[in-house]
Amino acid sequence: MAVVHEENSVGIVELKYFTFAEPPHELPLECGRSLGPITLAYETYGEMNADKSNCILVCHALSGDSHAAGRYSPDEPKPGWWDNMIGPGKAFDTKRYCVICSNIIGGCKGSTGPSSIDPKTGKPYGPTFPMVTVKDMVDAQKALVDHLGIEQLLCVVGGSMGGMQALQWPVSYPDMVRLAIPIAATARLSAQSIAFNAVGRHAIMADPNWRNGDYYGKSVPSRGLGIARMVGHITYLSETSMHDKFGRDLQDKASPDYDFVTEFKVESYLSYRGDEFVKRFDANSYLYITKAMDYFDLTQPTGELRRSLSAVKAAFLVISVSSDWLFPSYMSKEIVSALRRNNLDVSYAELQSDYGHDAFLLEVDAMSRLIQSFLEYGQPSRSISD
Amino acid sequence: MTNKIRPEFKYIVDMVEPGSKVLDLGCGEGHLLKALQIEKRARVQGVELSDTAIQECVAKGLFVYHGDLDEGLADFNDRSVDYVILTSTIQVLHRPDFLIEEAARVGKRCIISIPNFGYWRIRFQLMFQGTMPRTKSLPYEWYNSPNIHLTTLHDFRRFCRERGLRIIRETDLVQGNGLCRKVGLLPNFLADYGIFMLERDLRTIRPR
Repeated sequence: MAVVHEENSVGIVELKYFTFAEPPHELPLECGRSLGPITLAYETYGEMNADKSNCILVCHALSGDSHAAGRYSPDEPKPGWWDNMIGPGKAFDTKRYCVICSNIIGGCKGSTGPSSIDPKTGKPYGPTFPMVTVKDMVDAQKALVDHLGIEQLLCVVGGSMGGMQALQWPVSYPDMVRLAIPIAATARLSAQSIAFNAVGRHAIMADPNWRNGDYYGKSVPSRGLGIARMVGHITYLSETSMHDKFGRDLQDKASPDYDFVTEFKVESYLSYRGDEFVKRFDANSYLYITKAMDYFDLTQPTGELRRSLSAVKAAFLVISVSSDWLFPSYMSKEIVSALRRNNLDVSYAELQSDYGHDAFLLEVDAMSRLIQSFLEYGQPSRSISD
Repeated sequence: MTNKIRPEFKYIVDMVEPGSKVLDLGCGEGHLLKALQIEKRARVQGVELSDTAIQECVAKGLFVYHGDLDEGLADFNDRSVDYVILTSTIQVLHRPDFLIEEAARVGKRCIISIPNFGYWRIRFQLMFQGTMPRTKSLPYEWYNSPNIHLTTLHDFRRFCRERGLRIIRETDLVQGNGLCRKVGLLPNFLADYGIFMLERDLRTIRPR
């Protein structure tokens, strides 16, 4: 499999930057404050056609970044996070489409976030960074899409929090989205998900190294961030997939030692995931982004999702995962129901998978078949004005 | 039930007015919907439980809902669809009467096709062989049959009468040698399939 994927790789890719919202033209944010200048890190794969009508925006999830496909250099150990979906002949076929992925604002992978330097002070924003929302992330992406000269996106797609952005896009910019594919997404974060996010944040903020968010240049709150990632990772797997992968097996030993060292395979795996994450992610970004997810509720202000979606013109392919207990299928069905009540064209498919929420990164074959056909045939539900 | 293009589909396509809005409950791999989309320029959508069939529908460029048949209907207002179609589906449902009532609420018209349990071969098998009948349209053994609510054409007509559903058209068919032809004489005995176009008799709607 790996060889096949390598052959169909987009190859060597380049991380690019776009800076906008220079004062006094800052981007107004939902919280009432504004942010600027803003830099977005982004990558593109495949060529735009003459009228730029073949562009697909990929939105990443909580811990993702703009590096969705390919490698920066031949010796980069792993390709981008959705490399098995983006490339020649893949679901997002880069021979036909131009795929764009940008790091969200609030992130820590090249886009402006709490670890960026505040030009007013010359120091990292830290806790003074304004609270950003999913809508703000989409507004920033819109500036990038405008900058690239794209009048209308063929498709906006994403899984998990990326799926929230794929929902927000046609709400915020109905004339700019022909097709939308939210995967393992929700129109509003549930109390349970907010609770898990809160536990992660508490772990970070309880770490003495956090120092109220002012830790740049000093030791970082890696214990807290590692625990937050461990909690998060539990929610991305299903009970079945954990059982299949680890069972009750012990790591590197035959019998338990009856102490508190990491013994079970599942413990060891979660610690490893936590440690890996700490190396590549900023704790403040984790706080800000989980908070953005918590605030996401498309049913507001009326309480009726259908009314929030009334301006939408795009056609939808909504995909859920049978074993996802973080954003269960019923949440996707609520989205589908609202879209159908609004007389929009929508297909809904539930992936039969044991992988849980993470299936949007793993069920490549089933997703590819659906997405390829949808991109081929899908037309916007309502005529889109230019 | 089968994934092939069923011979009865031709007659159903003929019943649908061009440019209509159609909802197919239990649309399988979407053959009928595709035919309606192409031949009648219908705006079509389907509901289907099988995930492989859903893949096939999306591959045909159809809009489909992956779920139970009755799940999707709550999203539709009264008389918001021109035709709700149920082909060889009602006999597998636990409560076919509920779904037919819902279909008649959502659809201005319903097209319902059923295998006829009054067909002479079925009657003869039971009468002379003393076995549970098996035919081309009902090929299952008693223990693995999904068909739990079988009906004759007579039963179905009576049901419609009792529920205030007017039969606008009825086409009765018999298949053999891969062909399918209309039956005019003694359909409840000689036809193995019936296609009914129904509409809610508006006089029977009680004010709410």
